[in-house]
Parts: sequence; structure tokens; C-alpha cells
Amino acid sequence: KEIGGDKNGGSRIVPTQRESRYYPTEDVRRRLANRKKPGMAKLRSSITPGTVLILLAGAHRGKRVVFLRQLNSGLLLVTGPYKINGVPLRRIPQCYAIATSTHIDVSDVTIPEQCIINEAYFKGEPKKKKRSEDMFEETQDDKKPREQRIKDQKTVDDQILPKISGVSHLKKYLSSLFSLRKG
Amino acid sequence: PVKLFSKGVVTGYRRGQRNQDSYISLIKIEGVTTKADVDIYLGKRVAYVYRGQKSSKNKITKRDTKLRVIWGKIRRAHGSSGAVRASFRTNLPPKAIGATVRVMLYPSRL
Repeated sequence: KEIGGDKNGGSRIVPTQRESRYYPTEDVRRRLANRKKPGMAKLRSSITPGTVLILLAGAHRGKRVVFLRQLNSGLLLVTGPYKINGVPLRRIPQCYAIATSTHIDVSDVTIPEQCIINEAYFKGEPKKKKRSEDMFEETQDDKKPREQRIKDQKTVDDQILPKISGVSHLKKYLSSLFSLRKG
Repeated sequence: PVKLFSKGVVTGYRRGQRNQDSYISLIKIEGVTTKADVDIYLGKRVAYVYRGQKSSKNKITKRDTKLRVIWGKIRRAHGSSGAVRASFRTNLPPKAIGATVRVMLYPSRL
């Protein structure tokens, strides 16, 4: 930085970023960064690909769904199939599912890569913040699922549905709800 | 409409004859009569559901409701006749004694 005036030495070195004028009287300890990340939860032995699970909580509670595979985050990937009980390709935590002994063979079902690798695929669209000009406009909340999801849903379900139709009563079973009753 | 919980009754707090620990509630679950039966309920979440006077917005369903919950969890068996000890996020109010409580099926170990 150049400084004017005589006898000031002509130029000085000045820090480009100034220190803040306020700093606490005692040194504030920096918290240690938390480096723990949950690992992949161990899959219960009763849950294998193709098992029918009962969902215990959430919008789809009580529904019986087909388990496809465990994702890298440890969550389980399931599908209704959508046509049968309205459950789309969805992630659920293991502890919110009961495994039944009913089983379908899904060893030859291919799931779109996106669902497995990219967990952000399942996250909802972030809500757009309304800017002040838009505040008075009624914006239609687009509740429809993304095109990609509909397409992937169809790919997976088309592979599973014929297997379900092959087992007697399975379709009805999957469309019925689980409930606790007396005794 | 599905019922995905067992009914239980709050029978009181853990206590000696003259002192009680109100941070641990005792719950009697319907149908559970021996200590061996309690095993499936260990760790399960419990909900004490009650009504308030004013309706407030439920953060998850975004609906106005008068129902309120206190969540808790079943810790261990209490005695040999199937009673169970539960601790809640905030202690249960004394008016909950004798009230019904929902013992959910999750976290599931099945």
C-alpha cells in the first residue's frame, strides 16, 4: 500500500484483511470437528432381497412392501409396487420395518443405478423461497413426482409385478394393511 | 385405519414405599403377564397421547390438532409379572397415572 506524505517511508505493508476490532477476553476454544459418520447398518438376517416387509410408521404405515436392497447409507430400498399399494420406490430405516416370512425371488430384478448410488435422488425438491415480488402471486405447488422417478418406478415394478401375480394371493396380501388386533 | 401399537396403562412411577422417582414410569402392557413376554417390547417407543385445550399445529402433518404427545421408550422389565419401566423425554405428569399409553412396534427387531 502506498502512503502519501513525506517522511512516511513511501510505502508500507498493510494486511489485506484486517483483524476484527472485537475479540473475546479469553480465547474461545474451537470445538472439535465431529468426524463420526454412521456406517452401513447391519442388515437383520430376516431381511433378504425379496422379503415382504411391513412398514411401521410414516405415511405408509401398515402397508406390506417388497424389499429390494440395502443402500449405502444403511437404509432399505423398498417398492410397493406402486400399482398395488401406492408405495413408490422409497427408502426406509431398518428399525421401522418388520420382516415377514413371505418371499419373492428378485434376484434378476435390475434397479436403476441412480437409486442406488445417488441418495439425493430420493430427497424432495427444496422449496423455492418466495421473493418479495412473488409474494402476492399464488404459486401452484407442484406435487407431482419427478419424471425420472415415475420412469424408474415403472422399470422396477414391471419386473416385479409378474412375479407377484405368479404367487397366489400375494397381490391381495400386498394390498392389505397390517394391523394389530385383539389378542 | 391400522392399529400399529399395543395398549398399555401407566401404573405409576418407580418408587420405594415413601419416595418416588418420577423420571421412570411403570407401564403395564396389555397381554404381557410374565417377564419373558417383555423381551419383545424392550426398546420400543411409547407415546403418551393427551389432549390440550388449544389446538396447535403439528409440525409433521401440518394440521391443527388438540392432541399432544410425550414420547418415551421402554427400558427394562419391572418385576416378574410383565410390568415394564419406561422413561419419557419429559417426565409423565401425575394425571397420566391410570391413563392409556401406546406402545409402538418400532424400533423393530423382527
